[in-house]
Amino acid sequence: MSTPTPGQTVGPFFGYALPYDGDSELVPPGSPGAVRLSGLVLDGAGQPVPDALLELWQPDADGVVSRETGSLRRDGFTFTGWGRAATDHAGRYSFTTVAPGPTASGAAPFFALTIFARGLLDKLHTRAYLPDPGADRLLESVPAERRDTLVARPDRHGFVFDVRLQGEGETVFLRHARD
Amino acid sequence: MTATSSDTAATTQAEVSAEIAALSRAYDDAGTTEERVRLDYPPYRSSILRHPTKDPHHADPEGIELWSPAFGHTDVDPLEADLTIQHAGEPVGERMVVTGRVLDGDGRPVRHQLVEVWQANAGGRYLHKRDQHPAAIDPNFTGVGRCLTDGDGVYRFTTIKPGPYPWKNHRNAWRPAHIHFSVFGSDFTQRLVTQMYFPGDPLFALDPIYQAIVDPRARERLVASYDHDVTQPEWSTGYRWDIVLTGAHRTPMEDA
Repeated sequence: MSTPTPGQTVGPFFGYALPYDGDSELVPPGSPGAVRLSGLVLDGAGQPVPDALLELWQPDADGVVSRETGSLRRDGFTFTGWGRAATDHAGRYSFTTVAPGPTASGAAPFFALTIFARGLLDKLHTRAYLPDPGADRLLESVPAERRDTLVARPDRHGFVFDVRLQGEGETVFLRHARD
Repeated sequence: MTATSSDTAATTQAEVSAEIAALSRAYDDAGTTEERVRLDYPPYRSSILRHPTKDPHHADPEGIELWSPAFGHTDVDPLEADLTIQHAGEPVGERMVVTGRVLDGDGRPVRHQLVEVWQANAGGRYLHKRDQHPAAIDPNFTGVGRCLTDGDGVYRFTTIKPGPYPWKNHRNAWRPAHIHFSVFGSDFTQRLVTQMYFPGDPLFALDPIYQAIVDPRARERLVASYDHDVTQPEWSTGYRWDIVLTGAHRTPMEDA
């Protein structure tokens, strides 16, 4: 196996390069079944991180993984399953999407999230499970007191999932088998 | 452990270099090999409150994580790979081609996948409102490009060689010239954002972001090679840089 190229921070100046029109709208706002997935990105002092970028990758409401192109130029009809949202000055990100379905019978549905930020030297992976996820292999492998950091909570418009990079309530970040 | 902005402004390069040297010595003494960048690297002051303190949790990728988003010709115009033709005039600076292959950890090309780049102009200035470096904005250079890899995993951009620029990590801090790269693999676990550097940059030893990869051979993987076969007569210089992602979790059979 070849040795992977190391990561580096996304830096402070991605804002005119990576975000794009419609980046955070996996479905059009107000469309049937549309929900909001939003939250804060917080640093080790509990301060908002205003220069973070989150990427969302998820199956559709039926648990189907989209193979459709078109995330960068959305046509308003095709669900590609992928989006990107920069945090605002208050450290808040927001996606408009649908609740993911289970990709296998009995699997607990989750949003896959990747986090980048100035000051964060490499990407971070995590999962945001839907509320009340039930039995799940990964969740059960996480110490009980940290499990909640992987579960979104419901709000009026959908789901809230905060990312705490460090300290009290630090989000569980994932390293995959072949990383 | 908190470094306030007033502290960082007062810190000298010599102090930061001493911190870098101490971490480098400790790494050498440990006798282990670290292939990835450290998240906890205090000489890079902004990392102090932004790195997780707990070890990452090992996970077997499942469901969506075994796939990547698909990008195609509806997403990327081929002209986006040329950063020198986005405006009415020619940008200032050294025109260059940067090309290479995106490979997965098993050496397989990552085909028809998205590569995004962004960079400062020849004077070291980003076209970003937060960049306060008093160097000229080039009206003919935005510094943003995209392309799809071809069937061999090859990407290719035409651009201008970026300049080094000052930043506020400490007093008289300068970043080595670099191009930011954002790369997707065939599954989401392979997602990579990194920076490509140029050979022989005198700022390497001084830069806490580059040095956050504490293994010298590992950080050299971020340095492109000058390649005269990529250089074009009467037109542009050429650099080559291959990108290797982590291993894919799906086998090629499952890609059908």
